[in-house]
Amino acid sequence: MKKLLILGAGTAGTMMAAKMRRALPRAEWSVTIVDQDDDHLYQPGLLFIPFGVYDESDVVRPRSRYVPRGVELLLSGIDVIEPEESRVRLGDGTLVDYDFLVIATGSRIVPEETDGLTGPGWQKNVFDFYTLDGATKLHRALEDFTGGRLVLNVAEMPIKCPVAPLEFLFLADWYFHERGIRDRVELVYATPLDGAFTKPVASARLGSLLEDKGIRVETLFNAGSVDSEKRILSSWDEREVDYDLLVTVPTNMGAEVIERSDLGDELGFVPTDRNTLQAQVAPNVFVIGDATDLPSSKAGSVAHFQGEILEHNLLAAVAGKELAPDFDGHANCFVETGFGKALLIDFNYDVEPLPGRFPLAKVGPMKLLEESRMNHWGKLAFRWIYWNQLLAGREIPLVQAQLSMKGKETTAAAQAA
Amino acid sequence: MTTATIAGVQVDLDAEGFMTDPKQWTKEIAETIARDNGIDPLTQKHWQVIDFCRADNEAKGTPPTVRRITKQTGISTKEMYQLFPKGPGVLSSKIAGLTKPKGCI
Ligand SMILES: Cc1cc2nc3c(=O)[nH]c(=O)nc-3n(C[C@H](O)[C@H](O)[C@H](O)COP(=O)(O)OP(=O)(O)OC[C@H]3O[C@@H](n4cnc5c(N)ncnc54)[C@H](O)[C@@H]3O)c2cc1C
Repeated sequence: MKKLLILGAGTAGTMMAAKMRRALPRAEWSVTIVDQDDDHLYQPGLLFIPFGVYDESDVVRPRSRYVPRGVELLLSGIDVIEPEESRVRLGDGTLVDYDFLVIATGSRIVPEETDGLTGPGWQKNVFDFYTLDGATKLHRALEDFTGGRLVLNVAEMPIKCPVAPLEFLFLADWYFHERGIRDRVELVYATPLDGAFTKPVASARLGSLLEDKGIRVETLFNAGSVDSEKRILSSWDEREVDYDLLVTVPTNMGAEVIERSDLGDELGFVPTDRNTLQAQVAPNVFVIGDATDLPSSKAGSVAHFQGEILEHNLLAAVAGKELAPDFDGHANCFVETGFGKALLIDFNYDVEPLPGRFPLAKVGPMKLLEESRMNHWGKLAFRWIYWNQLLAGREIPLVQAQLSMKGKETTAAAQAA
Repeated sequence: MTTATIAGVQVDLDAEGFMTDPKQWTKEIAETIARDNGIDPLTQKHWQVIDFCRADNEAKGTPPTVRRITKQTGISTKEMYQLFPKGPGVLSSKIAGLTKPKGCI
């Protein structure tokens, strides 16, 4: 019996387990997946928890329910990966060997990386929303907030879901409007980037949306430290921003097991071939999702697009065939903009987010880089798609793994350049 | 893209003044770009960073981030901001004759 071992039963791991169980003959291959607990968190839902739109019951389901029959699920911590031995040691010391390994251990926030962030004000006047605990406590803090300056800071790039901070601010604007206290709340976005987003066309559009909503942007702000007693956020170049409530997206790093196994870069992300998804460390190791060191977005949609290419390449590697260099960095993200609207961006390594229609030219029905109600329904529908299509490794109709130029207005890029 | 003459050498520059071909770089170019950005003279510590950036760019195909520089050279982030005020990532790259480090998406 040959063995496929998958580390991490989050978005990417669960999806790969489903795909590979269908693709590999049961008589010849076993498929095993490992995770530390049985709580699968729908992370995109965390965005809505601070505003009371979702709560815990909307975002957590048992992992075991989504791991398909014929796949062995081990609920255990992973201690260390030993690629030269083709084996993994679990938390209790058990050794699990493999013929092929898929690393899907994701990324996590590490607030300790910023001086003072987890000081006396942590979860009193400083909150994150990238964890269930953080998002839930922030909900209570927002309910108690009656006015003042709310600062959202991204500590360092890259972060998973790079549009989530913008979405948070747009929703905060809406939330305080609904409560009738928007005029008493100042919203500030302190970002290490030189604009609202990394790419020019989207940066301009999202930037003007922030401006329209009266959200101040502090660019090129590299957070150095937080004094949560004085409520001051300071940058390395000694700029200071006072806050009443600080919402932080702390430094994102790969899983600790990657660092323990000495398999990561300086942030604990695994060096990976940008087109084939093979790990640089060994030919029988592949990486998917947030765990890679690739310059693509860390998003569920990206894991979905990578999944199709990874399935193909795992089967090729098993058969001793050449790998297909097909992953193009494709990402597709809804950006919630508040008041029941959202916009949609679709891009890859080379093509920046452009305006237009998606997935079909002219008819859409989604609009790219433009607010619409339809996009908002798309964002909410993503939760159903996530649990029912994406985790099951099924294709999503009309949306291909590689970026399509159908419906995109290429003149916008030319004008911005 | 434009061309310019820096320290007597003709070099290719992008719209933001970053060199696009690291092979055109010389130590004199580094000193000139540094001076234009208020850094004078370049100390041994500066050179340690510049040499690392160039070697890492050669190996990886992209200029290193500040976090990578600090981790690999042992120079602290605080020191990096003293050596290259305002934007150590961008400035060290520019002086080393490399492209602008891309913020990840
Ligand atoms: C606030 C927020 C909003 C987001 N919004 C969107 C969105 O709108 N659209 C979108 O596409 N994406 C969104 N994302 C991103 C998306 O959730 C992630 O990119 C995606 O879940 C990554 O999947 P993954 O499988 O790589 O990692 P994960 O799903 O995080 O899975 C990693 C798994 O590895 C396990 N693991 C790690 N280390 C160990 C160990 N040592 N032992 C055992 N198990 C281990 C973890 O328990 C975890 O289950 C959002 C994320 C956040 C935080």
